Amino acid sequence: MSELFKLFTTFFKIGLFTFGGGYAMLPLIEREAVDKKRWITRDKMLEYFSISQCTPGIIAVNSATLIGYKRRGFWGAFFAASGIVTPSLAIIIILASILLRIDDYPYVLHALAGIRAAVAALITGSCIKLFKSNVKTVFDFIFCIGSFIAIAVFGASPVIVVITAVLYGLFLKRKSGGDVDA
Amino acid sequence: MHELILMCFEFFKTGLFAIGGGLATLPFLFDMSEKYPHWINSAQLADIIAVSESTPGPIGINMATFTGFKVYGFWGAFLATFSLVFPSFVIIIIVAKFLNKYSDSEVIKSAFAGIRPAVVGLIAAAGYSVFKMAVLSGPVSSVYNILPNIEIASAFIFLTVLIAVHIKPAKKLHPIFFIALAAVGGIIFKL
Repeated sequence: MSELFKLFTTFFKIGLFTFGGGYAMLPLIEREAVDKKRWITRDKMLEYFSISQCTPGIIAVNSATLIGYKRRGFWGAFFAASGIVTPSLAIIIILASILLRIDDYPYVLHALAGIRAAVAALITGSCIKLFKSNVKTVFDFIFCIGSFIAIAVFGASPVIVVITAVLYGLFLKRKSGGDVDA
Repeated sequence: MHELILMCFEFFKTGLFAIGGGLATLPFLFDMSEKYPHWINSAQLADIIAVSESTPGPIGINMATFTGFKVYGFWGAFLATFSLVFPSFVIIIIVAKFLNKYSDSEVIKSAFAGIRPAVVGLIAAAGYSVFKMAVLSGPVSSVYNILPNIEIASAFIFLTVLIAVHIKPAKKLHPIFFIALAAVGGIIFKL
């Protein structure tokens, strides 16, 4: 079986069976790519994970793209990324067409209203976890609150906030870089 | 047709600027719902988040597919996902070519250090949008009228789930469990 096809089916399987998004997928990707298929070493895998997290886009898709590229260049990347995305596309399209047809039934409306409160809580929960692991210094704190206010109060574009954040990171680096050298 | 191109552009922008995974695309989706309310509104976005958390696959991909479907059916779904993935696909291939330089680069590391706290704030802002729509009744013009506008039953579901995801035995449960429970709660309380 051609490796391109294998890349597609392996990532298709991962996309189909992992609930819970990117971070839940990483251990599965590791098991398939490192332990079962022996496509890459564990060290390389960890490096790929960290790159996937500091490049734009969806973490799991980025990891798949990197592994695919490493094995078979451009088409490897293409088939791996397509594989991980295809199950989502199919499942969501089916669910969306059902949901958009039934979303004016009273029971569905009540259920959705309840679900929205749970979604608000789940996002708040994720934010608390993210806050604990990513906001360490006073500057981080100010920046975190600042970007919240920029969006929630002033309706700024998230693009502007992300660009400002990159500049802030580079500025801090210049400052601390100077300190370390001295 | 024009709408479809506009939508592709919005998802392309999201794919290019959302750093830190699926949830990081949320503020961009809410931005879209404000700019193009006929595509999607914030209540529908909350439903999309619920469906995306309860189905397999990366959450960011699920949310983009659903939003695209809402805008333009099958092709909307396909093109939204394609446009979301495209920029990072190109960036990853470029990075893969210069791999060793990228992961050790101090510049990349420090840029990312700035992004991390900001992304927390961005996702919190998206969470606040869902909160306002799900737990408060009527438009909230300022922070001072949050309290009188709280819907008791919704607030009860909100607090129960929020506490549950932080205490020991419950926090290992998959989000789908809380979503199902909240659906039952919504029907019982006739929200």
